[in-house]
Amino acid sequence: MKKILDETIVKKVATLARINLTDEEIKKFTSQLSDVLDAFKTLDEIGTTDIKPAFHPQEIKNIWRDDSVKEYEWNPLKNTEHKEGKYFRGPKIV
Amino acid sequence: MKDILKKANEIQKKYSPFITIADRVETTGKGRLSGMAISVKDNICTEGMRSTAGSKILENYIPPFDATVVERMKKEGGFIIGKTGMDEFGFGTFSVNCAYEVPKNPIDTNRTCGGSSGGAACLTAAADFSHMAIAESTGGSISCPAAFTATVGITPTYGRVSRWGLIDYANSLDKIGTIGKSVREAALLLSVIAGYDRMDSTSLDLKQEDFTKYCKENEKIKIGIPKEYLIGIDERIKQKFWQAIKVLEDIGAKYEEISLAHTKYALASYYIIAMAEASTNLAKFCGMRYSLHLQLKGNYDEYFSAVRAVGFGEEAKRRIILGTFARMAGFRDAYYLKALKVRTKMIEDFKKAFKKFDIIAAPTMPILPPRFDEIEKLQPAEIYAMDILTVAPNLAGIPMISVPCGFVNKLPVGLHIMADHLQENKAIQAAYTFEVNK
Repeated sequence: MKKILDETIVKKVATLARINLTDEEIKKFTSQLSDVLDAFKTLDEIGTTDIKPAFHPQEIKNIWRDDSVKEYEWNPLKNTEHKEGKYFRGPKIV
Repeated sequence: MKDILKKANEIQKKYSPFITIADRVETTGKGRLSGMAISVKDNICTEGMRSTAGSKILENYIPPFDATVVERMKKEGGFIIGKTGMDEFGFGTFSVNCAYEVPKNPIDTNRTCGGSSGGAACLTAAADFSHMAIAESTGGSISCPAAFTATVGITPTYGRVSRWGLIDYANSLDKIGTIGKSVREAALLLSVIAGYDRMDSTSLDLKQEDFTKYCKENEKIKIGIPKEYLIGIDERIKQKFWQAIKVLEDIGAKYEEISLAHTKYALASYYIIAMAEASTNLAKFCGMRYSLHLQLKGNYDEYFSAVRAVGFGEEAKRRIILGTFARMAGFRDAYYLKALKVRTKMIEDFKKAFKKFDIIAAPTMPILPPRFDEIEKLQPAEIYAMDILTVAPNLAGIPMISVPCGFVNKLPVGLHIMADHLQENKAIQAAYTFEVNK
């Protein structure tokens, strides 16, 4: 039986998820996650046409609040090492 | 008070329930928790006290604010004794996927306390002083460790307790709850932390309520026992379970065996949803505003990918990969959307059952607490399967309590009591009735 997951897909997913994996990790995850997906095949048995997806356990109503400015007492830059003046410093975008 | 920190350090040496122990203790208010030591699971933010969520990527993270539950606890006079150990971001069933010390079961230190709130349950079982734990469950992370340590764990209805300040795993599943030595203790702490909070957009518009008032006996409980929850269970656990049902029956409860037909799909549905949500939640850990930092090198993608490779543990990486896969174009409908639709079916099963029954009862875990050397041999798919009894009620967001119901070879067994949305009262009453009559 053809496996859904192969090393090429795992590499592609890792790129999308912004996470570097070693060759060893790619190999290991491909095998382990293929087993997990095999176990998930049970879902194919059940028909779900016309069934609404449950994004939450109960229906959640949107809660609106005033768009008002709230001053925080804490300094958002406290937990970063990469800052310049009042700003966060990040890697190059282009 | 000093004495309590000394005791905490002694417990740490024996069983390692903590990731961080408070360096001083102080109470900030007078109230229902006056003078009581409260431990906080390490994925819940505590002002000025390191909160790692069990991950190396948050090793140095000191939150500048308290989570709502912590703020409420402090106002009632409780004080933080420390932050308890857990699987990284809650990713596990045995608390072994942790970047810090793994908590050991006080009943047998070669065995797990369960997970992911393993440290919380471990400390609750080990403490010989007044203590209760704030824990958190996504797919069973309160019930499982409570069952494995002979403590009482309450997971409330989704939305009953504010998630503001929780380092989230899966937004549609995460619930902050409590672990105590008795039903009354766990209910007391829940009374303090529950209730509407404007900082959490999924918080239900509910007033605060005193749940300890439901700690009274009810002889006329109507119990549904789902036959699917007794398949593949350790026979000795099943025996203890039926003995527990007999205790309730002897004082007047009635039970019927029922079917929750979609139970066999629960694991797949749960893991797909949980991993999909986790993979988006963990996107924020990229080494910029907080969390692990590396030297800024390379472009945006290169820097983030490098930080995350170093900061996340193996199970976190595995879940990010599978969760991202399940949401990818071409696979999304077959996995993520399908899982959400199956979840609807499971919620309907529960809703139907609760029209007839006050509670649904089952064993909490299919196995006794395993030894660490046994856990090492398990593959991820086998470990995920251990959550078979807890994932469905967690997907449905219904309240549940694990209450101790005896021992097999000196190892504890948990009775799992589930109730309909917002019917914590019924679950607490049933758990209390069992506790005082067993």
